[in-house]
Amino acid sequence: MAFQPRSIAQLSEAAVTVDLDKCIAHKGCTVCIDVCPMDILDIDPQTGKAFMKRDECWYCLPCQKDCPTGAIHVAIPYLLR
Amino acid sequence: MPHRADTLESEYDVVVVGGGTAGPMAAIKAKERNPALRVLLLDKAHVKRSGAISMGMDGLNNAVVPGYATPEQYTKEITIANDGIVNQATVYAYARHSFTTIEELDRWGVKFEKDANGDYAMRKVHHMGTYVLPMPEGHDVKKVLYRQLKRARVDITNRITATRLLTAADGSVNGVMGFDSRTAAFHVIRAKAVVLACGAAGRLGLPASGYLMGTYENPTNAGDGYVMAYHAGAELANLECYQINPLIKDYNGPACAYVAGPMGGYTANNRGERFIECDYWSGQMMLEFYQELQGGNGPVFLKLNHLAEETISTIETILHSNERPSRGQFHAGRGTDYRHQMVEMHISEIGFCSGHSASGVYVNERAETSVPGLYAAGDMAAVPHNYMLGAFTYGWFAGHSAAERATALDFSAVDAEQVARERARIYAPLLRDHGLPALQVEYKLRRFVNDYLQPPKVTRKYEIALDRFAEIGEDLEHLHATDAHELMRCAEASVIRDCAEMAARASLFRTESRWGLYHLRVDYPERNDAEWFCHAHLKKDEFGRMSHFKRPVEPYIVPIAEQEKDAYDRLRVAPKTASEKTAATV
Repeated sequence: MAFQPRSIAQLSEAAVTVDLDKCIAHKGCTVCIDVCPMDILDIDPQTGKAFMKRDECWYCLPCQKDCPTGAIHVAIPYLLR
Repeated sequence: MPHRADTLESEYDVVVVGGGTAGPMAAIKAKERNPALRVLLLDKAHVKRSGAISMGMDGLNNAVVPGYATPEQYTKEITIANDGIVNQATVYAYARHSFTTIEELDRWGVKFEKDANGDYAMRKVHHMGTYVLPMPEGHDVKKVLYRQLKRARVDITNRITATRLLTAADGSVNGVMGFDSRTAAFHVIRAKAVVLACGAAGRLGLPASGYLMGTYENPTNAGDGYVMAYHAGAELANLECYQINPLIKDYNGPACAYVAGPMGGYTANNRGERFIECDYWSGQMMLEFYQELQGGNGPVFLKLNHLAEETISTIETILHSNERPSRGQFHAGRGTDYRHQMVEMHISEIGFCSGHSASGVYVNERAETSVPGLYAAGDMAAVPHNYMLGAFTYGWFAGHSAAERATALDFSAVDAEQVARERARIYAPLLRDHGLPALQVEYKLRRFVNDYLQPPKVTRKYEIALDRFAEIGEDLEHLHATDAHELMRCAEASVIRDCAEMAARASLFRTESRWGLYHLRVDYPERNDAEWFCHAHLKKDEFGRMSHFKRPVEPYIVPIAEQEKDAYDRLRVAPKTASEKTAATV
């Protein structure tokens, strides 16, 4: 049997966190997802709420600033903190 | 994920690529010049919050305001700051239009600081003249632009990564190709004129933190515009004049001397002493910064802790609400309070950016590149030290020039072969069932950029770099993507590789040192005006090779007196005399 190519995922702490009580993504809001320059946020199909999907945050803050309910917090990514 | 994604074809008179600073202005002004034109603004992210000023800006760095400076003075200052290698016609055209641009932005609702009489509150940061206009409430710039785009009825398409330009049989640009980074749909947009406003090449070097997206520039600005212009046959100018900036260590954002300087803050060494007379970012300033870091007097700091409480809180309010507002959180996390500690600074990774230095796609004073139908503006267009106001102004010029071409011409035929080739190139990583992840390839590529290209530039290291970049080129043939977003990162890895090769080859071509740290060649340590008082251009030749040639510096419009030429070489604070030292300790 030949060697099989594989890829592995590395874990990172998510710099962007969401207050699930305040997030209204399940009602159709996509503000944070729309304004993120790096397009790293998405909707979690389990909860219907926004979440950080990719470790590519520039800690620039449009998501936090433009969120209508104050549901987003951006931390400085751990490697820079 | 559609492995056989649709190709969407459309047609616009003018297409502007990049919705940050210059791009929206270009689109608005194209429409204003001829309202009958169909104008499309494409953005890789979302126009509402894209580009270098996604969170606004804290000031204009190069405002030429009547009563404070003349266009002639400004042209002279930038000529000297850039070691004489400028097309003065482009700088002068900016300077003459600068105040008109400010008044337009003011009318649109951008807030500039004014004094009690309602006049602009100008501040001095440059070595010679007064050009800084603070914008303490500059966080709404993007909102103001968005309102004007809507009013001008510009069409906007977000989340499109443009990858290549289409060229007609006569070599002119006649369209843009790219893909949607959410659906992977392929876009072919025919155009009579294309404006590139894609920002700096900000993902060239790897930040010292090792964090891939911890760049000084917005990391969406990977250098796409430089590479699209290159492959369309455009000339690029003085790419060896890198962008390297003095930044807050680890955070990698501006410290920011333009805000703090006029209020009494300054760059200091580990003894808290000033070592440069002028904090304006130039290659010479960066060289002094580098020498202080390396010479045992480092780290280098931004010093504010000698200032009065009300001054510090004003600086804090401005810095923590504009441009990079997460600065405050970073300082809090490290226990840094401007009142008590100096802010540790460091040297940024390298990049291309004419907004800060002089590396860009060649343009003339009408924002025309060397390829008919192609215009460029903003950080990627080679108008030295152009900053945000220069981006707005050249966006304005580009919009007008593109509209005039589009009004006069018909569409030309699209070459189906170019479309097929680009579609195959872009989609290849989606079609493989395994391979290299884009971000891992990018990490290795950018680590090589740091290892071999970060100045001081050593010839042998640059030659090795070219071998490594060629190997990365082979790796690109093995990239694997599982969705449209990863496909965008694959396209960017290719862009960064092309920029890295351009940086290396452009630096090897100019066999002298110039622009302080930006082009400090260890094997050619002296400035050589006899052979190198010229622009160094780079383009893709008819055989697809990267070729280099000299272009004479255009005749000066504003003459520079002999004794003024090296004003920026005298930035280091003179050593204190014995009596001054005694006075200081008393």
